[in-house]
Amino acid sequence: MKRHAFSTRLWHWLNLVCVVVLFMSGLNISNAHPHLYWGDWGFDPRDAWLSVPRFPGWMTIPGHYSLGAARDWHILMAWPFALGLLFMWIAMLANRHFRRDIATSRSEWRWRSIRAEVAAHLRLDFHHGRGKYNFLQKLAYGLVLGVLLPLMIATGMGISPGWEPHLSWLIEGMGGRQSVRSIHFLAAWALFAFFAIHVALVLLSGPFRQIRNMITGGRE
Amino acid sequence: MGAAITAGCSRIADSTPGAKALAAAEDWHRKAQRLFAARTALAPEYDRSAISPSFRGNGSLTVDSDAYRMALAQGFADWRLEVRGLVRHPLSLSMDNIRRLPQRTQVTRHDCVEGWSAIGEWTGPQLGTILEGAELLPEAKYIVFRCADRLRGAPYYESVDLIDAYHPQTIIAHRLNGEPLPERNGAPLRVRIERQLGYKHAKYLTTIEAVASLEDIGRGEGGYWEDRGYQWYAGV
Repeated sequence: MKRHAFSTRLWHWLNLVCVVVLFMSGLNISNAHPHLYWGDWGFDPRDAWLSVPRFPGWMTIPGHYSLGAARDWHILMAWPFALGLLFMWIAMLANRHFRRDIATSRSEWRWRSIRAEVAAHLRLDFHHGRGKYNFLQKLAYGLVLGVLLPLMIATGMGISPGWEPHLSWLIEGMGGRQSVRSIHFLAAWALFAFFAIHVALVLLSGPFRQIRNMITGGRE
Repeated sequence: MGAAITAGCSRIADSTPGAKALAAAEDWHRKAQRLFAARTALAPEYDRSAISPSFRGNGSLTVDSDAYRMALAQGFADWRLEVRGLVRHPLSLSMDNIRRLPQRTQVTRHDCVEGWSAIGEWTGPQLGTILEGAELLPEAKYIVFRCADRLRGAPYYESVDLIDAYHPQTIIAHRLNGEPLPERNGAPLRVRIERQLGYKHAKYLTTIEAVASLEDIGRGEGGYWEDRGYQWYAGV
């Protein structure tokens, strides 16, 4: 198996710290008005498409309700998160990690091979042939790196009044400010789901070796 | 696990470098926004058909004083807006004076820091017009808005820098959706600063003050909510 590049490992752990703090401070921010709307405006819980429960202190940063402090953490970590992702994309394209390991080939999109991969995963059989990642891993990593993480940045900027005049096409394209806020929330939970599955699969597939490889790079 | 992270973050936030980093991030956002995006660009304006059926009131919903109740009953005939501080010509404007200035009407979206939004049509003179009449002295760096209401016993106030003060959509609104400003929305006067979050849009406005520093006002952070941990630059 090919070693993990230093840039990949550096970004992986930096991104973990950022995403955890962003998620937990985001839950504190959600507590301020836990109702989600579609369209440009919405303020009445009766108009909400979703009202989420209040998140308890052990899930939030800080550990008590404080919108000001939670926003401090959120906007601080937005910087290393966004710049880190930009760095990772530049590194992935430069060192061909994306082309070689994440981009899928047409043959992998055949129903039969996808079914075989899903079946192997369900048997907790993580051996795969050539290449670093199997199709499902490529798909998951591609979606996270290419869609969900950039979407968090785009929607985060879209709900910031200072950026709005320069991103109005994006905000209108997503259906208005409250829709953008809803998408920010949904994408955050999609990342949480990825995180949970990712950690579970690491634990099921030799956690010691996997974590060591993500720190040292692993053997060639 | 979550609790451990929460405790760790509290320890960082309470340390001096931690607190400095948290405060600096807000500054980076302001600088980045102003570097990449002209601050004079306008917040979106909507068609009248986009106006929300009602406009939520939040924070203070009235001013708890006999003077205000009497002024409200009299249609704010004697309400005055003081313009003072580092200005060459201090002003005391009547509601009539304010209505006679050139007016701007804008249908904009109000974004509360809590997350909700409402759309309304606001009318009033641009703050820039009033500041030009008062003539700022060169030392003036911030505009402070002083309000009649008190929230949890403390007077409400807010402040912006001159870039936001002179933004074309920064107006002293006296009408909402074609009617005099309702009580819960800040009657008779409130500030609209469309590229900032809602808590910057001070209601029940009594005084506009030009200052060189925010240090000696309130607890020194530039506003009622800023004194309680909110970001002074609310463009993010």
